[in-house]
Amino acid sequence: MALFLTKRFLQALFVVFAVTLLVAWAVRLSGDPAIMLTGGAGSVTEQDLVNIRNALGLNRPFHEQYLGFLYGLLHGDLGNSFVGGTPVTQLVAKALPATLMLAAAAIFVSIALAVPLGIRAAIKRGSAEDQAIRIASLAGLSFPNFWLALMMVLVFSILLKWLPPSGFDGPVSLILPAVTAGVINTAANVRLVRTSMLETLSAQYIMVARAKGLAERVVLYKHALRNSAIPLVTYVGIQFGNLVAGLVVIERVFNWPGMGSLAFDAVAGRDYPVLQGVVTVFAILIVSVNLLIDILYGLLDPRIRTE
Amino acid sequence: MASGVTGETILSVEDLTVEFPAPQGAVRVVDGLSFDLVAGKTLAVVGESGSGKSITALSILRLTDHLGARIPAGRLLFRRSAGGPIDLTRADDATIRTIRGNDIAMIFQEPMTSLNPVFTVGDQIAEAIVLHQGVDRREARARAQALCEKVRLPDAARLIDRHPHQLSGGMRQRVMIAMALSCQPRLLIADEPTTALDVTIQAQILATIRELQAEFGTTVIFITHDMGVVAEMADDVVVMRRGRKVEQGSVAEVFDAPKHPYTKALLAAVPKLGSMTGTALPALFPVLAVTEGLEPPPAAIAKAQAVHDTVSHEAPLLEVEGLTTRFTVERTVFGRPLRRVHAVEGVDFSLWPGETLALVGESGSGKSTIGKTVQQLLTPDAGCIRFEGRDYAAMSAAGKRRLKREIQYIFQDPFASLDPRKTIGYSLAEPMLHHGVVARGAAARDRVAELLRQVGLDRAHVDRYPHEFSGGQRQRVCIARALSVDPKLIIADESVASLDVSIRAQIINLLMELQQRRGLAYLFITHDMAVVERVSHRVAVMYLGQIVEIGSRAQVFETPYHPYTKKLIAAVPVPDPHRRVERGLVTGEIPSPIRRVDDPPRRARLVEVAPGHLVADAEVSAAA
Repeated sequence: MALFLTKRFLQALFVVFAVTLLVAWAVRLSGDPAIMLTGGAGSVTEQDLVNIRNALGLNRPFHEQYLGFLYGLLHGDLGNSFVGGTPVTQLVAKALPATLMLAAAAIFVSIALAVPLGIRAAIKRGSAEDQAIRIASLAGLSFPNFWLALMMVLVFSILLKWLPPSGFDGPVSLILPAVTAGVINTAANVRLVRTSMLETLSAQYIMVARAKGLAERVVLYKHALRNSAIPLVTYVGIQFGNLVAGLVVIERVFNWPGMGSLAFDAVAGRDYPVLQGVVTVFAILIVSVNLLIDILYGLLDPRIRTE
Repeated sequence: MASGVTGETILSVEDLTVEFPAPQGAVRVVDGLSFDLVAGKTLAVVGESGSGKSITALSILRLTDHLGARIPAGRLLFRRSAGGPIDLTRADDATIRTIRGNDIAMIFQEPMTSLNPVFTVGDQIAEAIVLHQGVDRREARARAQALCEKVRLPDAARLIDRHPHQLSGGMRQRVMIAMALSCQPRLLIADEPTTALDVTIQAQILATIRELQAEFGTTVIFITHDMGVVAEMADDVVVMRRGRKVEQGSVAEVFDAPKHPYTKALLAAVPKLGSMTGTALPALFPVLAVTEGLEPPPAAIAKAQAVHDTVSHEAPLLEVEGLTTRFTVERTVFGRPLRRVHAVEGVDFSLWPGETLALVGESGSGKSTIGKTVQQLLTPDAGCIRFEGRDYAAMSAAGKRRLKREIQYIFQDPFASLDPRKTIGYSLAEPMLHHGVVARGAAARDRVAELLRQVGLDRAHVDRYPHEFSGGQRQRVCIARALSVDPKLIIADESVASLDVSIRAQIINLLMELQQRRGLAYLFITHDMAVVERVSHRVAVMYLGQIVEIGSRAQVFETPYHPYTKKLIAAVPVPDPHRRVERGLVTGEIPSPIRRVDDPPRRARLVEVAPGHLVADAEVSAAA
């Protein structure tokens, strides 16, 4: 297990490094920050643009810019925003907790919905209830997240007036964005839980557990679920990347002051340092979550622990 | 004492019927079954696949509910230690749950999958104790440990904190027995508890069950297809076929004077170890026609005497010298091998045209690795294989391709070795067309029809798919496919292990008839000593990757020299209730062939004790 985790850790470091390189290269394809900063005003001369580029360090060769970024990263400095000059670390420090809170809540929502629904569908396989869960999941899979977000706001904030439509104001304001982000993943997770539960429930040790006289609830939630949880945990790790990507849109719709909003504004403003910083932090986040999942495997499955 | 008065009926099965609902109408898997179970006795329920014996066992615990089955008729009257009889078919779920694991416990067939991989064995044993005996976890744990000692599990104190994957199959089955006995049930149902185990381990488990039964006075229902196990374990026998009881009686009555033709056929098909003593050559099984109410045709009996003198001693067909195959299982961080499986370690043997050489041994002995190496599915680490004098290592690519035609392999699982999306005709024609044995078109079709006829199938079967055939028929198709390219050697790797006894006898007879007609040589890989005694000219006994004894069939079975050969022969259950052997409670495990790189195994030297009879000069030792 120790060897396995060491290997995974080294792999993770390499992934983060590769992502920073890719991002540094890709953001520079997105357009000229100098033009964006001047707002395309007619009075700006070519010389003004050159001056701006010089001031921002954009005229230096790519490898110099990249190595500079890397050097800063290793020293905990992600540079300053082109817009307003705030240090990127400060912006990230402000936005990250909001995003982590939203992501955690979304994962919680999706698992809390998917596990009971998936188990229900598995034990009622082929019934009308199974069909209903299947259709609902498929519908959930088919909604684009921005549409779902707007519908949620329309129904729960505007029609029913139960929840605030947007903003970052106490736990109540977390509900709508978390449910929206969570429901999208729930659909896939229900299918996954159903399939892996069906497989586990046909295993001999489930029959053995029943033959002991255990109540069906214990058989399902103790003996079967822990075995079925292994594929679910893997999948939640894979989903995490998608979830974070989805948050960019969802944070925008709900006006949530997180990393997604930060990234969105950075792209719009060609704010290279902010964008590079946000994507790097995302990469570290996603890689860490997957590393965490590798550790979780060992806790769930003793066969992996002793290998 | 868990049981009450001996002689009391603790379970009455009355007209039990079990059905699986299906769109075309319910499928009846148990049909009007009745028997009484007397306290303290062992009842064997015997039958082949599809006889309904396992469903009967599951229905007693109402576990059939979870398989979607229904019990539309019949009663299961069970007498608990106190109170009147309960009809298990009508009892509510809560009552059933207090009976399961408490009054009636069950041991299942597959020890490898019977334990939950994510919990320790101690927790799994303690679970039923906490549930039914109302003790706290600490006390339950202490009892679990005592039970592990009772079923002869070594180092019980540490073992209860281990997980199932750290235990061998035999140890897991002991854990299952400990779990089943944890609440001292009145009735223990054992559903094929030793079928998946090696024969020496089977002997140990059977002895353990018998000893515990004597100690606790438990009544046992023993579900099995193995007549040898029946003869060794049962007081009474119920024979089932297609969901119905065809015969019932004491074990002596059923073995000595079977009444129903099916029972007769079943007993005739059972290979009996020692029945070939004094015969030098292999002989066919006396297969009786299993047509209800009909006496077996005399031809079947006559055929049984036909023996095989098919061996040609001019030049060996296959020579294997110093064959060594190892697999690395653990490497250092830098990729250097650290521990290896010594699957095959310096094996020498030769095989003559028309001869059957049996490779026998238990799991991990390396017998399949030899087969796969000869078929070029694995590359050996050292050693030399020659086919008709041609060295594998010196062969051209074309030569190796031709070899794949001259040597054919029949695998254990006929379900997995045919492509489910291709017709039988396609599967049979493909190797012939590939090797250019026959031209496409009418010639190929005729040839396929002829092959089907040879293995006892109808030519109309050509357009059918594998799922339309039974296991025995599929294995016939696999044999036909092997024959299609006119091989000289067929490697049969546990080819009959998954088949029912009566089907197994037919398939073995088919293989022997084909040998006589075509002069085929067989490398017969199996763990079944009684089958080996029937089919082989010569036998090689393998242990931990080495041959410990090799000789003619008569030499190995009648005058075994090596202690392992003797142990193996002694462990085979004898299908004769009058010849029960008392076995001591041995607990030895089959040692692991995994060793550290710096600790190579000692290679035993083979010494000739009689012409052609070679025995290892010492016991092959396991890794420390």
